[in-house]
Amino acid sequence: MKGYVHSPSIATKKKIIKTTANILRVHSIESFGTHDGPGIRLVIFLQGCKLKCLYCHNPDTIETSGGMEYTIEQLVEIALKMKPYFGKKGGVTVSGGEPLLQAKELIPFFKRLKEEGIHTNIDTNGRILNSYAKQLLDDYTDLVMLDIKHMTEEGYVALTGKSCKETTFNFAAYREASGKPMWLRYVLIPEITHKPELLHAMGKYFKNYTTIEKIELQPYHKLGIHKWEALGWEYQLKDARENTPDELQAAVAILQNYFKEVKTN
Amino acid sequence: MKIKKFNEGVWNEFINLRDFVAKNISPYHGTHHFLVGPSEKTQQLWEACKQGTKEERERNGVRSVDTEVISGINAFEAGYIDQKNEVIVGLQTNELLKRAMKPFGGFKVVQKALSEHGLKPSDHLSELFTKYVKTHNDGVFDAYTDEIKKYRSLGFLTGLPDNYARGRIIGDYRRIALYGIDRLIAAKKQDLATIVGPMSDKVIRLREEVSEQIKALKEMVEMGKSYHLDLSRPAENAREAVQWTYMAYLAAVKEQDGAAMSLGNVSSFLDIFIERDLEAGLITEVEAQEYIDQFVMKLRMVRHLRMEAYDEIFAGDPTWVTEAIGGMLADGRTKVTKTSFRFLNTLYNLGPSPEPNITILWSEHLPQNFKNYCAKVAIDTSSIQFENDDLMLKSRGSDDYGIACCVSYQELGKSIQFFGARTNLAKTLLLALNGGRCEFTGTPIVEGIPEYTDEYLDFNKVMANFRIAMKQVARVYNDSMNIIHYMHDKYYYEKAQMSLIDTNPSINIAYGIAGLSIVADSLSAIKYAKVKPIRNEQGLTVDFEIEGEFPMYGNDDDRVDLLASGAVAEFNNELKKLPVYKDAEVTMSVLTITSNVSYGKKTGATPDGRAKGVPFAPGANPMHGRDCNGAIASLNSVSKINYVDSKDGISNTFSIVPKSLGATEEEQIENLATTLDGYFYRNAQHLNVNVLNKEMLLDAMENPDEYPQLTIRVSGYAVNFVRLTKEQQLEVITRSFHESL
Repeated sequence: MKGYVHSPSIATKKKIIKTTANILRVHSIESFGTHDGPGIRLVIFLQGCKLKCLYCHNPDTIETSGGMEYTIEQLVEIALKMKPYFGKKGGVTVSGGEPLLQAKELIPFFKRLKEEGIHTNIDTNGRILNSYAKQLLDDYTDLVMLDIKHMTEEGYVALTGKSCKETTFNFAAYREASGKPMWLRYVLIPEITHKPELLHAMGKYFKNYTTIEKIELQPYHKLGIHKWEALGWEYQLKDARENTPDELQAAVAILQNYFKEVKTN
Repeated sequence: MKIKKFNEGVWNEFINLRDFVAKNISPYHGTHHFLVGPSEKTQQLWEACKQGTKEERERNGVRSVDTEVISGINAFEAGYIDQKNEVIVGLQTNELLKRAMKPFGGFKVVQKALSEHGLKPSDHLSELFTKYVKTHNDGVFDAYTDEIKKYRSLGFLTGLPDNYARGRIIGDYRRIALYGIDRLIAAKKQDLATIVGPMSDKVIRLREEVSEQIKALKEMVEMGKSYHLDLSRPAENAREAVQWTYMAYLAAVKEQDGAAMSLGNVSSFLDIFIERDLEAGLITEVEAQEYIDQFVMKLRMVRHLRMEAYDEIFAGDPTWVTEAIGGMLADGRTKVTKTSFRFLNTLYNLGPSPEPNITILWSEHLPQNFKNYCAKVAIDTSSIQFENDDLMLKSRGSDDYGIACCVSYQELGKSIQFFGARTNLAKTLLLALNGGRCEFTGTPIVEGIPEYTDEYLDFNKVMANFRIAMKQVARVYNDSMNIIHYMHDKYYYEKAQMSLIDTNPSINIAYGIAGLSIVADSLSAIKYAKVKPIRNEQGLTVDFEIEGEFPMYGNDDDRVDLLASGAVAEFNNELKKLPVYKDAEVTMSVLTITSNVSYGKKTGATPDGRAKGVPFAPGANPMHGRDCNGAIASLNSVSKINYVDSKDGISNTFSIVPKSLGATEEEQIENLATTLDGYFYRNAQHLNVNVLNKEMLLDAMENPDEYPQLTIRVSGYAVNFVRLTKEQQLEVITRSFHESL
């Protein structure tokens, strides 16, 4: 689930030199991201996603053909302007959409960010693990935020429209093997993903992972509905309700049995 | 239990507070956990104050007024709130929240203010001021030219201190506590003896001024006696240091009703006395906090008699008791002390409040614990503001300064400033499109600007005309300022404050502009889109049609941001060419107070698409809703205005919903502190921080009684939200609140 959608900047709609290698397809940019990774972050929402999650907060990022093209240098320039605000923890997060659809193009972008000493973070559903994605993760990505959609196969299919949750789990295993930091994210939809047995399942499955620094539970809300309507799509979770504070507390308590740091976003 | 002797230095030989502080300060790097809550006495006293302010609100903003006595240092007998609970004593009049007449700025204003409450000055006073006594206001209008009057009445120049006291001067109120008044009188007498002929205007004036100052000092000793305090000698302990300092300030606000009368930077000075007493075991933390709570309480109760029209430019009855806290010494040590924390703690012990106008001098090098505490206080109370200490220290030269009024650097005890209100730069731009005529009335204002008849506006032509307009507006503005400050010195000289400042201090004149974001966006529209003016039968622009897109100020886009910083530099340069009364140095601010609403009313439609009458953005803020790339992009745009071109200050008001600052309190604190580090690293000068939900403000509009202490930051100061007019409240609510979810 993504937040912080702002209209693409006039400021950055500059003339673009089209060479596919250094172009990223961007949905929008938020210059003051405080919920997508540590500290203050420049959040670049990339266009395109192969999933169509029922609760998607940014359904307008799903279509792979939309968005605006930015050169990597343009994006680096924006990041550098923000660098004084990153402090010790902040940096750049690429989110989406699914950023790893553009893993190949992200390599030179993250490489440049690392050269500038900027912390890099990918917010992903973990369904892409090609050689580009591996290189990006291993060499240039300081933090991965992996969205565990659902703990059962049928739940995963119902929620995302795609099968095989194992892909996401394999991704987690790959990150674990690399020894580099990872956060898990999980959206709590009452009666769908917000069930004690699912939370326990997640805890049991991942409890021995040493690279997981934090679990972020994301309460469910319907702020994205109007976007679904604007796209002419039907929002199927109309009947779902928001979590109560007590429910959220209970969910946190369950996962605290397995992980050191659990928070709701 | 031995009382430590202060470290000696230059301060023993000469009046030099900076040296005393530098030699004796105890920088503090720890956390806020040592702080304590309010004492029993403080709580009881604050209840009485809250009752008083409640009655004040019920009585249309004024609890009571004295219509007989002209206020002055000794005009009233000692006044108390609840004597048995008062550790720090002193009121402006003999009664809590009773306002006094200070008619030397302008008698008509006093009459008007009284009549709005169904009162009038005593017959005796009316006779005096209509027949015999001349005021600042009378003097100014004797000298004003028709041209100045025209600029003033049509709204090119607004809020000029020509019928009220100019304020902005900060007495070095610490002096009485450190030296005692006898010593200060001796020093002034010594100065006077060296001011000798040949008797030019300047020398005569200075002799008269210093003589006035000596009289004020003697009056202060008398005032002290009425409270059984011996101010002739130095303060001997912490309570006296606080009390003596407050007495000095009290003398100033009894004598003057200047628009803004800052306190300076007293907290770390007082800390030296408090630390000494704590170390000697004479007091505990409870007493230390009690002194500061009660001092601050008294500062919150300062009032002046104002007429309603004043509210348009300075809404919410502000007094600008601005206290600068924190910052660094030139030698690299921090000026943060435990008493810096104690001052901030008053916002918890007594609840949020606009006054004193607490201003954090922010440096990259401040102790992290202090940074975090300031961020916490800002998030919890929306009552404090931040200024860039690194920038001011580097470019202005002294590490012993206060903030005059809202945002302006002022070295303490060594310099003063002349308040210059502001000119309407957006309206000045419209002169360029209307042949130099007022866009509403068609009145010729500036000569030499050709009538503009082209179908579309051409950037280069507009700029050429705009430059002519800026030059002429600057000239008339400068004329008005010279008259105003000449007359203020003559008819309402600030003898109490000036007695606590070095003889013959350096002076800067604090000009200002409003409407910067409108100017930047308008020039951007003309340059990057096609703008077609719609003209009425008189040939005056009444509206604009914009074809195409254009970059807007507030999105970190150099194309338009440089138009903003360029306009600031150009207007400042025009002002710099003109001679100023008393050879004051020219400085300029981008600051509106709350006048952005009234300026908007007085300005026609502008080429950026803003409709006639719509409020301006406050200070240097981007126009509401046009900064659409998130908070940092907006901050970055403002940070590009060069402080060198606007040394009196560049005000930015940052409003954000709590959730957008971070998910947890800890994250919010960390993110706000980091944001301030980043913003000031980019050489920005000032930031107001509001962390509020709009829903709460809407609720406060409906149920004001439930929010008596709800405080919000506006351009350069803070107000009780419920004391704003409905119009101003709505303007605050429509501003950009950075929110993301």
